[in-house]
Amino acid sequence: MKMWLKISVSVWITGIIIAGIAFPMVRGPHTWYEFPFIPGLEEKARNIIFHVPISWATVVAFIMSMYYGSMYLRKKDMDYDLRSVSSASLGLLLCVLATLTGAVWAKFNWGSFWNWDPRQTSIFILLLIYGAYFVLRSAIDEEERRATLSSVYSIIAGVTVPFFIFVMPRIMSGLHPGSLGDEQGKGPVLEFKMATNMLMVFFASLIGFTVLYFWMYTLKVRLMRIERHVQQITETE
Amino acid sequence: MKKLTFKSENISKLYNRKIIFEKISFLLNEGTAFAVTGKNGSGKSTLVKILCGVLTPTKGLIEFTVDGKLVPYPDYYPHIGLVSPYLNLYEEFSAEENLSFIMKVRSLGSESVQRAEMLLHEFGIYDHRKKEVKYYSSGMKQRLKYCAALLHEPSVLVLDEPSSNLDQYGIEAVRKFMKIQKQNGILIFATNDKDDLEFADTVYSVENGKR
Amino acid sequence: MTFITSYHIFIKEFVSEFRTRYALNALLMFVVTTLSIILFSIGKESPTQDILSGTLWIVIFFSAMSGLSRTFVAEEERGTSMTLRLLVNSSSVYIGKLFYNFILILVLSVIIGISYLLFIKEFTVKSFDIFWMTIFLGSAGLASASTILAAIIAKANTKGTLFPVLAFPILLPLLLTCINATKLSTEGAFMSEAVKEFQILISFTVVMVATSFLVFDFVWKD
Repeated sequence: MKMWLKISVSVWITGIIIAGIAFPMVRGPHTWYEFPFIPGLEEKARNIIFHVPISWATVVAFIMSMYYGSMYLRKKDMDYDLRSVSSASLGLLLCVLATLTGAVWAKFNWGSFWNWDPRQTSIFILLLIYGAYFVLRSAIDEEERRATLSSVYSIIAGVTVPFFIFVMPRIMSGLHPGSLGDEQGKGPVLEFKMATNMLMVFFASLIGFTVLYFWMYTLKVRLMRIERHVQQITETE
Repeated sequence: MKKLTFKSENISKLYNRKIIFEKISFLLNEGTAFAVTGKNGSGKSTLVKILCGVLTPTKGLIEFTVDGKLVPYPDYYPHIGLVSPYLNLYEEFSAEENLSFIMKVRSLGSESVQRAEMLLHEFGIYDHRKKEVKYYSSGMKQRLKYCAALLHEPSVLVLDEPSSNLDQYGIEAVRKFMKIQKQNGILIFATNDKDDLEFADTVYSVENGKR
Repeated sequence: MTFITSYHIFIKEFVSEFRTRYALNALLMFVVTTLSIILFSIGKESPTQDILSGTLWIVIFFSAMSGLSRTFVAEEERGTSMTLRLLVNSSSVYIGKLFYNFILILVLSVIIGISYLLFIKEFTVKSFDIFWMTIFLGSAGLASASTILAAIIAKANTKGTLFPVLAFPILLPLLLTCINATKLSTEGAFMSEAVKEFQILISFTVVMVATSFLVFDFVWKD
C-alpha cells in the first residue's frame, strides 16, 4: 500500500473512533456534531458505528478466503493458498471482535450477553466454521493436500451460509432490528432512520474498516510470503 | 498392436517444498521396457504413482497417446495396470469376487471371465480362488495383484518392485507376463533387482535430491 | 456408464459392510446406548415435546457422525483407495458412496425413530406423515454433507475427532430444520404447514450434492 493511503486510513479510522465515542447524543440535535437521542438505545447506539462494520468485514474476509481457495483449486498455485489462509486468519480475528462487540451490546440492550438471536447464532456458526477450518489445516502435514482440502471445506461451508439467512429467522424469534420477533415492526435502526450525520459516520466507518481489512490482509500476505521464503532457505542449507 | 507413446517432460515433484526429484524426461513407444532404479527413498514409488496418474507432478508434463489420441491426464486408469506394495485388494472378498468386481466396474466383456481363469491358473492361485484374501499369504496376495492388474490387458503395465514377496514359481510367472507386455505394449517397472533390470531396454536412475 | 459403475460400487460397499460389520454393529450399539441414557435421564420427569424432538436429532446426528466416515476412511486405511482410483472415475465413486451412505443413515434413523416412538412414552407424534418425511429428507441431507466431509477426513492425519467438528457448522441449518419439523409433527400439524421445512431440507440436499459433485474430484485425486 502507498504511504499516503496508509496515513489517510489511520487518520480516517481515528476520526471515526473520536466521532463514534465523543459526539454527544442529545434530544433535538442542533449542530453537525450532535447525534440524535434514540429512545430504547440511548448511548448504546454508538456501537452501531463499530459493531456493524466489523461484522461486515468478517463476511468480506470469509468471501475472500473462499474465493482464493477456489482459485487455488483451479491453478494449484501455493500463493493462492497463502492468501486464502491470510484472509481466514484475519476473518477469525474480526469474527471474535464482532461476537464480543455484539455480546456487550446485547448485555446492555437485551439483558444478557447471549440470547441465541438468529444473527448471534449465525456469527457463532461462522466462528465454528473458522475454527473447523483451522483444525482441519492443523490435521494435515502435506502442504498441497492441506491447501486442497481446506479450500474444499471453505467452499462446502460457504454454500451452507445462505441457509442460515432463511433458516434461522424461521426457527427462532429475533431481537435484531428487522427480524420477525421484533415487536416494533422494523426495529430501531430502520425506524429512526439514522440522522444524516450519524449515517455519514456509519458509512465512513464501513469504508474505513473495509480498507483497514485490506491493509491488514496485504501485510499478512507479505509476512507469510517472507516466512515461507525464510523457511525454504533454512531447509535447503 | 496399438500405437502408443508415453512422454514425460521435465517432471518434478516437491513435497512440502522439498525436492524429491527434478526434471525427469523420457519418451517411450510400444514394445519397450523401461526400468527405474534408485536408492531407497529416492522417489521411485512417487515417480511410479505420478506416471499412473494417482499423484500429480508439481511441475512438468506427461503425455500419453493411444493410436495417436491423447489420453487426458490423470485419467489413465482404463489403459494402465499397476502392481505395487501400497496397492491392496479388498480383504473381505475372495480372489474371484475381487476380480469380478474389477470386471464389472471396468465394464469388461464376458471374454474377461476366461482371461481371469487363465491368469489365476498362470499365477498358481486358481485352487484358492474362493478363499477370502485376508487368509492369503503375502506372496499369494502379490500374485493376485498381478491377476487384477492384467485383467483388462493394459496398454501400459507399471510394476513397483515386481518380484517382492514372490517365490521362484511366482517370479517365473511374472517374468513371462513381463515379456508378453514388452512385446504388446509398454512395460514400466521400478526395481533394484539386477535380474529384473535385464528386461529393460532403458534404465533410468533417479538421483536423490541432487540439483 | 457412470451409473452402472456407481451401482457396482454401491453393491460392493454393502457386501463389504455385511462381511466386516465395520460400522453396523457399533452403530446399533451406539443407538441402544444413547437411547437408554436418554431414558435414564428422563426418569420420572415429563420433558416437553420440544426437548424430545431435539434429543431425537442429537442421537441421529451423532450416530451418523460415528458411522458415515467409515466409507472413505476404511478405503484409505486398508490401502484400497488407490486401487479404486485406478479402476473407475471419481464421479462414479462419489455417487456410489453417496447412495450407500444415504441407505445406511436412512436405515439407522428409521430404527432410531421406531425405538424412540416405542420406548419414550412422552413423545407423541400426531402427524406421522410429517414425522417420517422428516426422517427421510433429514437422512438425505445428512448423507449429502457427510459424504464429501468423509472424503476430506480420510485424507487427514488425525481422523477420529475431526468429523463432528467439521460437520456440525455445516449440518446445523439442516438439524434445526429437522427439529422444527419434528416439533410440528408432535403438534399434529397438517402436511401443508411443514412444506417450508421440507423445501429447506430438499434444497439443502440438492445444493450440497451439486457442490460436492463439483469439488469431489479435487479431494479424491489428491
